[in-house]
Amino acid sequence: MSTNVFELQNVSKTYRNEGKDFLALKDVSLEIREGEIFGIIGMSGAGKSTLVRTLNRLEEVSEGKVLFYGEDLGSLKASQLRKVRRSIAMIFQSFNLVLQRTVRQNVEQPLRIAGVKRKERKEIARKMLETVDLLDKENVYPSRLSGGQKQRVAIARALASDPKVLLCDEATSALDPKITGEILDLLLKINKERGLTIIIITHEMSVVEKICNRVAIIDEGNLVEVGDVTEVFRDPQSTAAKKLVYPSNPFDAASEDGRLIRIAFDGLSSSEPFIANLVKETGQTVNILSANTKSVGGIGYGQMIIELPSEKKDQEIVIDYFKKNGLTVSEVKAL
Amino acid sequence: MSQYMIDAIRNGVWETLQMTFFASLYSYLIGLPLGVILYATSKGRILSNRVINAIVGTLVNIMRSLPFLILLVLLIPFTRMVTGSSIGTEAAIVPLTVGAIPIVARMVESSLSEVPPGIIEAATSMGASPLYVIIHFIIPEAMPSLLYGGAINVATVLGYSAMAGVIGGGGLGAIALQYGYYRYQKDVLWTTVILLIIMVMIIQEIGIILAKKKRKS
Repeated sequence: MSTNVFELQNVSKTYRNEGKDFLALKDVSLEIREGEIFGIIGMSGAGKSTLVRTLNRLEEVSEGKVLFYGEDLGSLKASQLRKVRRSIAMIFQSFNLVLQRTVRQNVEQPLRIAGVKRKERKEIARKMLETVDLLDKENVYPSRLSGGQKQRVAIARALASDPKVLLCDEATSALDPKITGEILDLLLKINKERGLTIIIITHEMSVVEKICNRVAIIDEGNLVEVGDVTEVFRDPQSTAAKKLVYPSNPFDAASEDGRLIRIAFDGLSSSEPFIANLVKETGQTVNILSANTKSVGGIGYGQMIIELPSEKKDQEIVIDYFKKNGLTVSEVKAL
Repeated sequence: MSQYMIDAIRNGVWETLQMTFFASLYSYLIGLPLGVILYATSKGRILSNRVINAIVGTLVNIMRSLPFLILLVLLIPFTRMVTGSSIGTEAAIVPLTVGAIPIVARMVESSLSEVPPGIIEAATSMGASPLYVIIHFIIPEAMPSLLYGGAINVATVLGYSAMAGVIGGGGLGAIALQYGYYRYQKDVLWTTVILLIIMVMIIQEIGIILAKKKRKS
């Protein structure tokens, strides 16, 4: 069992707004382990941004405790907290670079705060810029950079203070899919090379699927599901998780008592033509409404939304067949 | 225009520049920190403090709502205490400074407020103290706006300096008043007016150029 970087114990957060209480987080308990890439996913307003800000105490918790390597963040004095924050780097959706400073000056900022000497600062900053492949832009101002480049500068800045953990608050949400992929590859590389724990806040399942080891699903301030990404992807338990994992399905069942099911299969079974086998072996036909495959945590996963035959008896035959062949089957309600 | 008049105007220009320069300098020495306090202590900001914000805010508002001409007269005893006299260029610098402080403070506050909150959040997450965030993140990021506001403030002080002529301050304002108004010397009046306009325009231009040069976004 590896060390816990963060441990949240019954964390609640209440905002008071014009006399009305708003519960942003409700009794969240969670462990984040050293070296993993941990995803926190939820719809906007679900409380995930609040959650990530309790991890470096940008938000105070109303109840409960946040432990960072066993140390209660809430008990720290301001000066102690500032020191701890140097090991908890953060990147943001809007990059938050200082526009009036050059790229290298931006990367040097955390080092200046830590009191590192000028020469050493420059050296480290250049090394970090090399890591993110932007050394040629060191004397350029951020407004001359593209969104992806800005985020890479922000990552270099975050790494400069040699943090123990990197918090990413919707870090790819302002970027297009191709650039998002590049940033995620970079994060994955950093995680592998430095063993850096990364926590990713996002509303996009694709981000979680691509690089996260484990994922927590937040819905209306509640932690509704947490587990290995592959597990959650194959067999989501909560409604919120199902909504995120299932492909959006615009179709209704063709007939009134038609049933829709989702089947999910991993790399092993995806090489088998099981629909064709189903027809051959059972004589039952199904209607494929949608299908896709993706790489989840490096393993190929596929899913299909299928409409079953209208006879109850036939439906059972098909479901039994899939289950016998090791596929995860779950009911889909037409949206 | 007589040689005497030309010399007087030349001297007036010099005095006006002196008053403007020193009053601007002193008003920024006091107004800039006040503006930072107003900004940092306001609600939801980095050092949010209702009591301090209310005290400084009220003080600034009272000072700002006094018409400058009234302030000139009100401050005569204070001026005499500071400079030993209540007339002359040096003496005029005192009320000019006091009059400009609240304007500078509000201008600084508004410039700092333009800095996106995300930058402050990023700085805080790096482990910077509130003072460090203000000095190394907020002020640099607001610099172009501060410079632009500075040009407006200096031009305002220059305009105010003309009023100092009323209570015996020097400069172009005094000349315009004494020769142009009391003696009906229209040519002197118009010359001083045109000189003042040119000076304001030059200051404004310098400010805009500096702000543009400094702005990297």
